[in-house]
Order: sequence, then structure tokens, then C-alpha cells
Amino acid sequence: MNTILVKKYENIPLNHREIYRYMGCSHPDRQIESLTESCISELLPTLSCRVCYTELEVTEEGDMLDLSFAVVKSADLKKNLRGCRKIILFAATIGLGTDRLIARYSRTSPAKALCFQAIGAERIESLCDVFNKEVSQQCRRNGFFTRPRFSPGYGDLPLDVQKSIFSVLDCPRKIGLSLNESLLMSPSKSVTAIIGMGDTPCEHEKENCIRCSKSDCQFRRI
Amino acid sequence: MKILDFMKENILCLDGGMGTLLQDAGMAPGEFPERWNLSHPDVIRKIHQDYFDAGSNVVNTNTFGANSLKFPLPELEEIVEAAIENAKAGRDASCTSHEKYVALDIGPCGKLLKPYGDFDFEDAVELFAQIVRIGVRCGVDLIFIETMSDSYETKAALLAARENSDLPVFVSNAYGEDGKLMTGASPAAMVALAEGMGASAVGANCSLEPKQLKGVVAELLENASVPVILKPNAGLPTEVDGKAVYSTLPDEFASDMKEYVEQGVRIAGGCCGTSPEYISHIHKAICGISPVPVEPKNITCISSYTHAVKFEDSPILIGERINPTGKKRFKQALKDNDIDYILQEGIRQQDCGVDILDVNVGLPDIDEKTMLKKAVFELQAIIDLPLQIDTADAAAMEAALRLYNGKAMINSVSGKEESMRAIFPLVKKYGGLVVALTLDDNGIPSTVDGRVKIAEKILSVAAEYGIDKKDIIFDTLAMTVSADPQAAKVTLEALEIIRRDLGCHTSLGVSNISFGLPNREIINSTFFACAMERGLSAAIMNPYSQGMMKAYYSFKALHGMDENCSAYIDFASSCAESASSVQQSLQPAASKEEFSSALQKAIVKGLKEQAGELTDSLLDNRDALEIIQEEIIPALDIVGRGFEEKKIYLPQLLMSAEAAKSSFEKIKSFMSAGDSPVMSKCPAVIATVHGDIHDIGKNIVKLLLENYGFKVIDLGKDVPPSAVVDAVIENKAPVAGLSALMTTTVPAMEETIKLLKEKAPWCRIVVGGAVLNEEYSRRIGADKYAGDAMETVRFADKINLE
Repeated sequence: MNTILVKKYENIPLNHREIYRYMGCSHPDRQIESLTESCISELLPTLSCRVCYTELEVTEEGDMLDLSFAVVKSADLKKNLRGCRKIILFAATIGLGTDRLIARYSRTSPAKALCFQAIGAERIESLCDVFNKEVSQQCRRNGFFTRPRFSPGYGDLPLDVQKSIFSVLDCPRKIGLSLNESLLMSPSKSVTAIIGMGDTPCEHEKENCIRCSKSDCQFRRI
Repeated sequence: MKILDFMKENILCLDGGMGTLLQDAGMAPGEFPERWNLSHPDVIRKIHQDYFDAGSNVVNTNTFGANSLKFPLPELEEIVEAAIENAKAGRDASCTSHEKYVALDIGPCGKLLKPYGDFDFEDAVELFAQIVRIGVRCGVDLIFIETMSDSYETKAALLAARENSDLPVFVSNAYGEDGKLMTGASPAAMVALAEGMGASAVGANCSLEPKQLKGVVAELLENASVPVILKPNAGLPTEVDGKAVYSTLPDEFASDMKEYVEQGVRIAGGCCGTSPEYISHIHKAICGISPVPVEPKNITCISSYTHAVKFEDSPILIGERINPTGKKRFKQALKDNDIDYILQEGIRQQDCGVDILDVNVGLPDIDEKTMLKKAVFELQAIIDLPLQIDTADAAAMEAALRLYNGKAMINSVSGKEESMRAIFPLVKKYGGLVVALTLDDNGIPSTVDGRVKIAEKILSVAAEYGIDKKDIIFDTLAMTVSADPQAAKVTLEALEIIRRDLGCHTSLGVSNISFGLPNREIINSTFFACAMERGLSAAIMNPYSQGMMKAYYSFKALHGMDENCSAYIDFASSCAESASSVQQSLQPAASKEEFSSALQKAIVKGLKEQAGELTDSLLDNRDALEIIQEEIIPALDIVGRGFEEKKIYLPQLLMSAEAAKSSFEKIKSFMSAGDSPVMSKCPAVIATVHGDIHDIGKNIVKLLLENYGFKVIDLGKDVPPSAVVDAVIENKAPVAGLSALMTTTVPAMEETIKLLKEKAPWCRIVVGGAVLNEEYSRRIGADKYAGDAMETVRFADKINLE
């Protein structure tokens, strides 16, 4: 039995440092601060934060992983899920409002568009963090230890596993999230990911970019 | 008995969920329920039969996700045919005696339509049409479009149903807790759209439990002149012992539904989590209720993809600025295909407080149909106001109405036979509120009586087409008062009679009154006030005119249409503010500090309004080219160098670029349309590649290239390789910029480069985007990888010099 559960979130705390980091502007001056604040107050009322998720079993079969909804070949995910028999598969979105603001301002004020882009990126990451934390706590109570969340496109996990994720989670209907031909999600500020549930604690619980091969990335955190 | 006849006297009981029942029957995660029509027909038939036995008058075929995106065509046909067969078999097996109908179920296609997704509107229409045609062939009783969370997709499905069948169509949407669709539409907006296009019933289903839909149901009942459908979920599921448990149980569900039926809901059932048991409870709860009659609401309204605008006593403002007539700068924008300029005009008018935007892009030497479609598509991507489509070309009108996301205002029809023959069928098919001009084949009557007679004739012809008078709004034609001193009187009297005696709404192109007179705003605003006093429902007007806005806000305050005068107070205080801010902004001219002029400072500091105003005042006594070369370019250089030296950040660079752009804009509108462009660097074609819809980076590059004097041909996002090549060849562009954000779209970039190298070998290609780097870009054949927008500018500058 696999029930798709849906959660809605409101008032997730803002992380201004992350917003400025996404804007490529670690030390904002007062003008940028006020631009950012005005964009935040325009964006917040348009948010519709939702997550749909389900618990599934995972088994290793040679160098393949059977995730119940898809069989994939990914050494990186396999490493991430070492010692896990179950996973939480989720999709999260902050809604279409941010896309509309970005589209509107990218035609009239690219500075604001950039700002909305950054706030949107921060909002979806913060939403995932909050959801992830709840899952981890719930798992802890049931005797499991979660792994850092892992999304299609991370490491060697192919992006086209998105198709199977969308099919099993019924994303369009559950949270209004759809997938296009290029495997882009609409609304664009959305995330799908797998959270492994293991019997033992994770070796490196802390999130970082160490598995990513893009070593020249300006957002890299190690 | 036909279903529509049955509905006249009876409440229609629908079926409940399918998915949960199939899971109980052993359907695996990720398996397609639609395939069960073929693999487990017995299970599907039994479910349908159980619903009929429980009291359903209508069951929906198990075809929710049956579409050609999910199934190849031959299989799709088999599935839909089998599904209809199964529903009919369920009906035949049911032994109860009530009326039973089979509805072809059409759910969302699972993809979001353009511009926020990648699925084309016409492709969506064709996708739904395939399903409808099979349904018609197999003999269903009605078409049930359900769970749509996007108004645009709803329109595509409804259009497909209407174009390919004569069957009754039910339209039901999935509303969120905020009472809106995922893409923003309110229930009133959906009623306007669906009724306008001939839906037989409108309503809500899925997503929420009955209690949560209170506001949505109330709004539907208040606005709909057709029966209202309600088919909610049994709440949200939770998992208990590995089984899905829904929070609202049959008893409670049925008693909630009973309340709604007593309030006027005429079509009731259940969605996710409901079962024959729920339907049986509903059936019992509602069978004794005598149905609340469905009354015509006589609401005159239009809608956008978010909201409906109703025409009542308070006057509606229709912004007239998207129109090239008499505007050199606008004509130039149309010739240059400069959509951004049109969008700016739209946003600016919205900021001024208009309710509707008139869209007229007709010029003798452009392809009006193509331009109108483009303008409507782009405007509705970023502005949520309803549009008034303004064209004399019926083919352009139809094309625009077709892709408009909502119920549009149609400008216009007249009493001429030919005009009515061309326009009324469009109103009937696509829905809309049509502006009817009181003139006919004999011209514009000079008498009040003559104009009213034409109005009456228009109403009676419209009725023959099945168009209700609430969907016609009369324009009694404001004519220039300098040519005929009686002109205004006749117009206003005719207007009053039509409003009062015919009970129709009215509209005027107010500014026409003052042609040939000096200081037109003075007489326009007074005429506007007179017309409002006589019952004007809507004005096509210039919202940038303070005189007009003064008349509007004062009128509303004086007629009890502005509670506590709050709108008036806001407006009046903003008038005072803007007067003083102009004063202030001109002051920095005195203090130059480290900058050689106030304009340079405004640009470097990124002060958009100031930069515009300062440029305006400089233009009084300096040459445009001199301002560019001595003020704007040096300022841009300061900023550009600062960015390259990492002393300033990207947002600051952009704010300066925007300020420079507003300076350039002033210079452009100062120069007349015929003048040669002020700067003359080479053309540069830019695009986000096919399949990719991220265009922030590309837009940044565009802004900077324009500031540095390049003639930018921006092809937008999701651009096919051939379109890039065509543009490069047509403009003989020596440089093209391509952007891609996703690993999945880099192959499209590679393909574009290959085609460019083959067909336009002179063109140098610069690429950028998050997934690219130096090495990767070399591998796909690009001439240059640019890490940021300034690098692109420097590269283009180099090519320009060559």
C-alpha cells in the first residue's frame, strides 16, 4: 500500500544570508537591502508551499537500485543509501507565484527579477529543510536514521528518473507540480528528492557539495 | 430522457472516487489506472455498477489520465473505448430504476501550458480533441472535464469538447484552500470563462473536503447561471497501518453535501477517498430535497486568468495606451517587434489603476494577426488584468480570442450586417463581452433616436445568435465636439437611454471628444465626468492623464462608490507626493561630488526615475548623441569596470543598467520614429535554447548589450535552432548569444551552434548559463564562453570593431 500524503506549510523563517548568497552579493549595501526587502514583501503573499511524499522500499540488486518506483543505476545514490531498506520520496514546491513575479520583472527590471530568483531559491530550500527535519525527527522516533536528501541530477543519478517520480507521487494532482519535455519542473521553484532511512546513523550527516563534480561552482560549500 | 432535460427538474447524483478503490483491488504504485480498463474490465465494471446501485445518475469513465502524452494513440483508443464499454456494462448490470448516464471523463494532461510550462495551447486542444472524438464515436451522454487546476488548460479542454461534439459539457475545477486554482483563477473567473464558452454546468471537485469548499461554492452559486457541480474529496488521507484513511466519513460527508444542495448545488458527488458507500449516503441525504431553481444571474463581466471584472454602477477603466494611433514611439516599437515596450505600457497602466487593458496593435505595414497573438500571449503572461481585444480584422480577432486565457472584451461589432456576421459567431464560440458601436451601413446617426434604434437592432440580431444582452456593451460614439457642437449631447443622451431603458451597459472612447482642440485633457476629463453622471459603465481612456483620474476618483467618492473616500484619499495624496518628488529629484544637479554630472551619478547609483527625469531635462538644451557619449556611456563604464574588478555586485550592475535604460528610453521617445537610431553598433541575436525556459540570464545580457548600443534581436526562450539561424541570416548578425541552464538542454545548444556554423558561418557564437564552462562550451563548438553579462558585452564589442 502506498499512500501519497500531502503537507502544507506557512511562515517558514527567512534566511537573508542565503538570499544574498544566491544573488551573488554577500555584502549587500543599503540600496540592495531595501530592494530585497520590497521584493520579499511582494513575494511572500504569493507563496503556496506544499509537499507530497510517500514511504517506499529500496533494495540493492547488483549494481542496480530498486527504489520500488524505478530501478536505477547510480553509484552515488547507492553510496548515499547504504544501509537503508526504506526511503521517503518527496516533491516540494512553493507555487507558481514566484515564476510569475520573475517573468514580470525580467521584462521590466532584471535587478528585481534576480532578486525574486534568489528569494525563490531560498524559499524552496528552506521548505525542503523544514520538511526534511520533520521527517528526520519522525524517523528517529521510529528507530531510523535519515541520510542527506538526494535529488535527481545529483552526482550520477540521471535526471530522467523524474518521470517515474512524477508518476508515483501524482505530483500534478497532489501539489500542482508538472514536468516538461526537458525534465524541468513547473513551478520552477520545486524540488524532488529521496531521503534514505537507515538502521544506523549516517557517516557524514552534514550536507555539503563534496559529491558534486562541478568544482568551479561559485556556490560550492565544503 | 436526455440528461439536460432530467437536470431541469432533478438533482443529479454523481459517482465517487476510482483511484483508491483500484488500489484496494491491488493496483501497484505507479501503475496506470487507465490500463485496468483493458486488463481488469471486471473490476472496473463492478465499481461502475456499485456506483449506479448506490444512486449515481452519472458515472465517469475511468479515463482521467487517458491522453496521448501517456499512451500511444492506438493504445489510447483501445483504453477509451474499453472504458466507455465498461461504464455502459456497469449501467446495464445495475438493477436500480433511476436515470443513468455515462460521462466521458477528462482530467488534466499532467503538463503545464505555456508560458509557465512548455505545452502549447493548441497542442493541448488537439490532445483533448482526440479523447472527445473517441467518446463521441462510442456514444457517451456527456463530457465531464474535471480536476483542472489551470484555467488555460480548462479552456483548451472545453474548446476541444465544443469543437468536436454537441454533447453537454460539465466543467469542474480543483480549488486550493485559498479558494483559487493553482494558477490563480477565482470561481467567478472560471464561471465567466466556462459559461461564455457554453458549458452546461460548472463546479468544483477534488483537493478539499466539503467543509473547506464553503467559500468556493458560495461564489459559484452567486455567479453561475448554469447548474453548479460539487464533487469534493473525503478530506486528506493519512496512513494508518499501511492503509489510506480519509478524514471525512460518509455520514458527515453526506450531511455537508445536503447543506450545499439546499443552498443550490444541483449536481453532487464525491472525489478522492469516496466510495459507493459515500454515494449511497449522499443519495439518501438529498433525495427528498426539492431542487433550488437555477436562475440567470444577469452579470455582465469579463475575466482574466485570475479574476473577473464585473460591470456594475461603479465605472470601469479601460487603459487605451496599447495602441499605435498617434504615437510615434509605439509605432516604432511595433515595427521593431519590441514586445517589451508594449509590456511596459501594460504594467504602467496597471500601476495607474486601470481594470482592463485595451490591446490594439494594428499598423498598415505589419502582420496584425501575428502581432496581436504575440501581444496577447505576452501580456497575459505577466499582467493579470483582463484584456479588450481591439481590432477591425476578424481573423486577428478570432486568433486572439482563441488563445486568450479567460473571457475577453471584444472591441468591436457595429450595426453593419457584415460586422455582425463576422463577430457574433466569435462571441458565441469563445465567449466575451462585445462592444457594440451604434452605427450601421448608413453611417453614424446624428440623432439620439437613430443610435438607440441601432442598439435595438443589434440586440435582436445578437439574440438570433444566442447571445444574451448582458454580453453586449454599447458605445454611443464620442465624436469631436469641435466639428459639431451637438456631438457630445447626442452621445450622452443616447447613452443614458440605452443604460436606463434598454438596461444595457455602456462604454465610450472618451478622448475622441476633443480632437482638434488644444489642451485636450481639460475637456476630456469634464466630458468623462458628464458621461459617468449619465450612467457610463466603462471608459476607454488615458490613465496617465491626471485630469481623467481626478474626475474618476472624485466621481466615485461623490456617488458613494468609495467607502470612507479611501481610494480618493490615496489618490489625492499620491498626486501631492509626485509633485514634490519631481522637485527633489532635480536637485542633485547642484551637488556633483565625484561624478561629472547628476545624470552620471543617478546611473551609477541605479536611480531609475531620477535618471529618466534628468535626461528629460537635459534634452531641452543638449543634443541626444552628446548626452549618450558624455553622460551615459561614461557612467556605464564606471559601473562595468567596477563589476569586472568585483567592487560592485550583479544586482548593483543591473540597477545601473536599468537606470541607463530609462535614460535611453527618454531619448528614444524624444527622437521621432523616422530618425536614424542614435547608436549604431552591430546587430546581436540572443536566445534561450530550445527546451529551456530560464531567461533571467539572457535578459540581463540583453539589457547590457542594449545599453552598450547593440541592436539586440531577442528571440525569447525555448527557441528552436532554425529560428536562431533565420534571425541571424535575416539581420546579418555577426554575433549570437545562446543561453542554457539545464544539462538536458545543452544538446539543443549544441545543435543550434552546429546549424549556425553550417548556415551562417560568419556569425560568432557566445554561450553562457549555469551548466556551462570554458571546456564544455569549446566541446559543443561555441566561439566564446562568457561567465557573466559583462564578458558578453566585451566580446560583442570586439566583434563590432572588427
